[in-house]
Amino acid sequence: MKTSRLIKRIVTGILLSASVLTSAQASKKVTIGAVFPMTGPIATYGQESVNGIKLALKTIIKEGKVEINLIVEDNKGEPQESANAVTKLIMSDKVNAIIGSVASSNTLAGAPIAQTNKVPLMTPASTNEKVTMAGSFISRTCFTDAFQGVVMAKFAYENLGKRKVALLIDNSSDYSKGLSRVFTKKFKELGGKLSSDKNFSYVQKDTDFRTLLRKIKRTKPDVIFLPGYYTEVGLILKQARQMGITQPFLGGDGWDSPKLQELAGKAVNGNYISSHFSSDDKDPMVQKFVKEYVAAYGQKPGAMAALGYDGILVMADAVKRAKSLSNVDLQAALVSTKGFVGVTGAITIDKNRNARKSAVVLETTTKGNIFNSKVNP
Amino acid sequence: MSEDTMYFFWDLGQYLINGLTQGSIYALVALGYTMVYGIIKLINFAHGEFYMIGAFIGYYIILAGVPLYLAFPIAMLGSGLIAVIIERLVYRPIRHAGRIPALITALGISLFFQYLGQMLIGADPKAFPAAIEEKTYIFGEIMITNIQVIILVATFVLMVVLWWLVNHTRIGKAMRATSYNHDAAELMGIDTNKIISFTFFIGAALAGAAGVLVGMYYTTVEPMMGLIPGLKAFIAAVLGGIGIIPGAVLGGLTLGVAENLVVGFWVSTYRDAVAFAILIIILLIKPAGILGKNRKEKV
Repeated sequence: MKTSRLIKRIVTGILLSASVLTSAQASKKVTIGAVFPMTGPIATYGQESVNGIKLALKTIIKEGKVEINLIVEDNKGEPQESANAVTKLIMSDKVNAIIGSVASSNTLAGAPIAQTNKVPLMTPASTNEKVTMAGSFISRTCFTDAFQGVVMAKFAYENLGKRKVALLIDNSSDYSKGLSRVFTKKFKELGGKLSSDKNFSYVQKDTDFRTLLRKIKRTKPDVIFLPGYYTEVGLILKQARQMGITQPFLGGDGWDSPKLQELAGKAVNGNYISSHFSSDDKDPMVQKFVKEYVAAYGQKPGAMAALGYDGILVMADAVKRAKSLSNVDLQAALVSTKGFVGVTGAITIDKNRNARKSAVVLETTTKGNIFNSKVNP
Repeated sequence: MSEDTMYFFWDLGQYLINGLTQGSIYALVALGYTMVYGIIKLINFAHGEFYMIGAFIGYYIILAGVPLYLAFPIAMLGSGLIAVIIERLVYRPIRHAGRIPALITALGISLFFQYLGQMLIGADPKAFPAAIEEKTYIFGEIMITNIQVIILVATFVLMVVLWWLVNHTRIGKAMRATSYNHDAAELMGIDTNKIISFTFFIGAALAGAAGVLVGMYYTTVEPMMGLIPGLKAFIAAVLGGIGIIPGAVLGGLTLGVAENLVVGFWVSTYRDAVAFAILIIILLIKPAGILGKNRKEKV
């Protein structure tokens, strides 16, 4: 028994050192599954993310240390489809790791499956707190809602001097509910209050908000916090401004898509959001990324493109550092990421497998989102 | 009157206007459901897609610079013709296969158009071009936009035209005859195939009109936009009494107002739940609908 174990160790040792030797010359090959909403109500997020990932892959290929075979699965922005996609990637494609998704409710649906099968799943963009609580194999390279909510509550209270807020929540989204909870807590802590103790909420794919907005208008808030996604936000802003609601709306990264400008038109002016990235950032690394992205896709990158880009680079970096390509070693390398400098800031994964990094506050205008300030953790 | 009661009445007025506007859209779509059901007993679940097609035809031709008063009839004509083609190619060959195969085919057509739209146009919502400048009129605490007025007026005009067409023209008489008894109508020399095509055309044209109106009202169009309004219009048609034309109008307006009252005075997220609860209740209590006569099924 003992000798056989010893032999095993020696053999593995030889194999390992052999693999280290070969890896010095040949590149490490991995298959990575990507689960993103390529169609559906938040399709631009998925498409942007995958564009960002593919752009990063070019750099990774050029470097030649890691070879990534990317398999993209469409989850249509729906939790059930996300779970199906994760199952498929693990069971039939035998991926080494998964990157995705965008909406927290989608990532949450897939995470338990990855955890059970011990396959590293890393989301570049899901900010809900619960996501990484799904288990030790789930991590993220973006900040969380707690941070985003705190940033916006401080911004509303300190920078804008607002004291009475109305919350308008997307009830079908974990992201929206989580963000509003953290925002409310911080805003009250600072000394602000809610305009009404009633809940104002809608669900995705709603199109008529006039009646709901009238109720909000009745409560006479100074500012309205609307942590939704751009499709509904565009309509809400437009209808609100038509109804003579002039107060600024504040939102999160869910607004950050060029589609918002298209859908809301002039109504987009004078509102603020927190986000991961600004293409106006003067940082030379950001500008190089923006230039390459525009050359490849003919439009400026949004936050999702930048997050996808950073996400896959962090993963490639982890593959490079990993002792072996086993799931456990790959995950260990992922969560030990420290100060990885990406276009969305320096990324350090903390002990809860969340990224600590900076956020930006942007003012939304018809010409695009303008950089307002940068907030560090 | 206290301030609160005053506000209650202002709010009620506003919610009624919002509800009637939304209800008009449901009514226009519900008419197509009910007419097609009336004539061939098919619940055409693809009907919501003709509304989407109308909205997209409107979107593209208004973008191309066609003025609204032309874009509107063109969109109606376009979605009407597509419905006629679908009827000819898909529904007619299986018309005698029974109701369940037809129903499943209708679901298939619905999915076909939703995903064809996503493939051809893309899934992301598109901003509907502003065909006319939006203006808001204020009466006390009630706001009404010129687009709401256009929706209410256009719906009213279309319904009057439909009523005249069905009750005072030869083809309307033929439609009623076909609906009443298909075989007898054929024996009387009515080309029932033509009448059925015509019914599809009218139904889809009304849905197409609703699509353009909704595009203007919500200023967004996307390939999945027909799904929920299609289901709501189905509820409206059942609520009013499926197969009965005034029933579709009544059902649509009732549903629109009920939804807005729920959002206004109760919890907004219960809106869809209430709409579907109405469907279940009506099926339990009066399956023939508000205007329907209770009739025993022949066994």
